[in-house]
Amino acid sequence: MEKVYINSFGSVSAQNTEYDSSFLKDIISYNDTTIPAINPIYKDFIPPAAARRMAKGVKMGIVASKLALQKANLNNVDAIITGTGMGCLHDSEKFLSAIIDNDEQYLTPTPFIQSTHNTVGGQIALEIQCKGYNFTYVHGSNSFESALLDAKLQLELNEAKNILIGGVDELAKHTVLLNKTINHIKKEPVESAELLETNTKGAIFGEGANFFVVSNEKQDSTLAVVDGLEIYNTLEVDSITDKAREFLKEHNLNVSEIDTLILGNNGDEEFDIYYNTLTSGDFKNTQQMVYKPWIGECYTASSFGLLLAANILKTKTVPETFQLNAIIPSQYKTILLYNQYRGENHSFTLLRQC
Amino acid sequence: MEALKQELKENIIEQLNLEDMTITDIGDDDMLFGDGLGLDSIDALELIVMLDKNYGIKLTDPKEGKHIFESVKTMATYITEHRSK
Repeated sequence: MEKVYINSFGSVSAQNTEYDSSFLKDIISYNDTTIPAINPIYKDFIPPAAARRMAKGVKMGIVASKLALQKANLNNVDAIITGTGMGCLHDSEKFLSAIIDNDEQYLTPTPFIQSTHNTVGGQIALEIQCKGYNFTYVHGSNSFESALLDAKLQLELNEAKNILIGGVDELAKHTVLLNKTINHIKKEPVESAELLETNTKGAIFGEGANFFVVSNEKQDSTLAVVDGLEIYNTLEVDSITDKAREFLKEHNLNVSEIDTLILGNNGDEEFDIYYNTLTSGDFKNTQQMVYKPWIGECYTASSFGLLLAANILKTKTVPETFQLNAIIPSQYKTILLYNQYRGENHSFTLLRQC
Repeated sequence: MEALKQELKENIIEQLNLEDMTITDIGDDDMLFGDGLGLDSIDALELIVMLDKNYGIKLTDPKEGKHIFESVKTMATYITEHRSK
């Protein structure tokens, strides 16, 4: 089977991730209940005539994918695989509000056309004129991992050479309100650095787009190898340690061989116990990192975790702010990522230096 | 008529998300489609809904649209003659 390399990434997030020169150099701290992504200059990437109908999620997706393609020195790819938890939420809300406000009359086409979950993948394909395989996975917090798994299988079996994969989700006003009502978003603003000590229900929500060129051909820009990926719909807290051990064993590894553990803690007192079980148990002597306090939670936030891991393996540097403990490993060769949201859709991803 | 033309320009900019335009950028006689503002078929649908919703005008003959949506001036003239609200 072929290896799966991460050859590049492009990112639009609440941090400075757009350009390599400033990539995660100065971590921005937030004090809010939602964290919007920093808008790049969209005109530099998308013709204004096309951009006028696009909501933020679509625009972020196109910018992130174009940045990834540029860094991989590619104009096109064999396939585009997108993961999104909620799709184009802004236009969905706009369309549904119009139905209610206008008593099911006077519905205009644009928000409907742009509201489907596969709008981002479709618009990227139109922008780069990619007529290949185009698929969008909508699977809660495993949406991005499903896209990565699909790409991994295709590349391992040599069915494609270069695949653009990404995770994208956007904030939208009404959905934020609903999530606050049901305590999935915290009621009060929290400082990023204090999020994991809040002991309250819910998370701080965010948005963003992180796209990657994955390939079975290594090149100068290659950051890391995707060695393993396992997704689970449901897991009991009691079983998480065993699942982590099983996953590592399948890849001929033990805990002591993991240099860094990157986790998806979001400060929700009800569900961070999954992460805490690992950090206070088997991995207590491993470097631990978190990122959601500085970018917010969304169904595809784990795509940011992957780019963080890939960047660490390439540059051998870590943003200190993201460190959960004080352990500094002697090397950065193997990184394990673990993510879940509200106790569902768990994933383990294993990255190695190449 | 002048007030209606201003209103139409504001609505066109808002409904069609012409983010970089202001009402002074749209001349009364400027072509809305083709070489003018460069609107397309999706915009045409948006304008048809706008006529129905804001002025109570239902366009039944698609051929009529070509003349009505030629410019802000032709739209304003048609609306003035046919509006029911």
